[in-house]
Amino acid sequence: MKKYLPQKDDFIYGWKKGIPIALGYIPVSFTFGLMAVSGGLSPWIAAFISLSNLTSAGQFAGTNLILAGSGYLEIALTTFIINIRYMLMSLSLSQKIDSKISIPQRLLFGFGITDETFSVASMEKGTLSYSYMMGLIAGPILGWTFGTALGAFISSALPQSLAGAMGIALYAMFIAIIVPPSKNSRPVFWIVLISVGIIIILKYIPLFHFISSGFRVIIATVLGAGIGAFLWPVQCTPDDEKGEKR
Amino acid sequence: MRILFAVLLMALVTYIPRVLPIVLFRKEIQSRFIKSFLYYVPFSVLGALTFPDIFYSTGDFKTALAGTLVALVLAYLGKSLVVVAIGAILTVFISGFIF
Repeated sequence: MKKYLPQKDDFIYGWKKGIPIALGYIPVSFTFGLMAVSGGLSPWIAAFISLSNLTSAGQFAGTNLILAGSGYLEIALTTFIINIRYMLMSLSLSQKIDSKISIPQRLLFGFGITDETFSVASMEKGTLSYSYMMGLIAGPILGWTFGTALGAFISSALPQSLAGAMGIALYAMFIAIIVPPSKNSRPVFWIVLISVGIIIILKYIPLFHFISSGFRVIIATVLGAGIGAFLWPVQCTPDDEKGEKR
Repeated sequence: MRILFAVLLMALVTYIPRVLPIVLFRKEIQSRFIKSFLYYVPFSVLGALTFPDIFYSTGDFKTALAGTLVALVLAYLGKSLVVVAIGAILTVFISGFIF
């Protein structure tokens, strides 16, 4: 058991790096808690979703599908497609972590890879230790879960107008993530537009109404990223790509 | 029970893409197409999730449009996630009294 206990110094350094992420998660996870409870889930389930999923887009979409009464396949596929992006981050981190980190340790800290912890970890100089990774993910896990619980338990006490306004928080966060790279990279800008164009066609043209909302996202994502990969193959190394993202 | 099972399923399909590469791939993926595809997925998925759903997110198209425009401007100026999110929420909240 001892080998899974992190070293104190690296853990504390990682913990400090995770605090700003944890604070940023609170308003968005708060909104998730509000949304889940107003949709009819219990506050405990809402908090458990955040603790066990630890992701924004995937769990918002998955929870909406649960509330809409969708089937397991649609829920699993939609969540999976939205979370495919973690494969790239995980792959990139696999080149950066200490090669001596054991597989069980990888299975533990891998749980905490998010868009934000990945960004911070990949900005560090040198190789990353297991203890650092555990410290880094601890705060964000707490912040995401705590924010959800807060939103879930006080949802009824919040004025309706403010609760309604908070519905935009998740989308605003997505905009904050996609706009800067769209500004700096023409391919990214066009891929966003192509994906949005495809989903608008699928949503508003009656011919496609048999396609449910989860599958619309899957089709638009795969086509958008596929067209992008075909037209504008990435030539640089993963490290340069990260530079472009920021 | 159905809900709990669906949540565990979601947790599983969220966990797998996170740990699979870090456990299996010690070497880099060679296919340029797959690398490019993976690189572009975050942008295509977040774009498709945001539009047009953001316009339905507040229950009133006009306040949602106002919040979207403020979020776009703040993001274009390079503001952080929290600033963009809170800016959009406040815009929707305040414009709700005007419209």
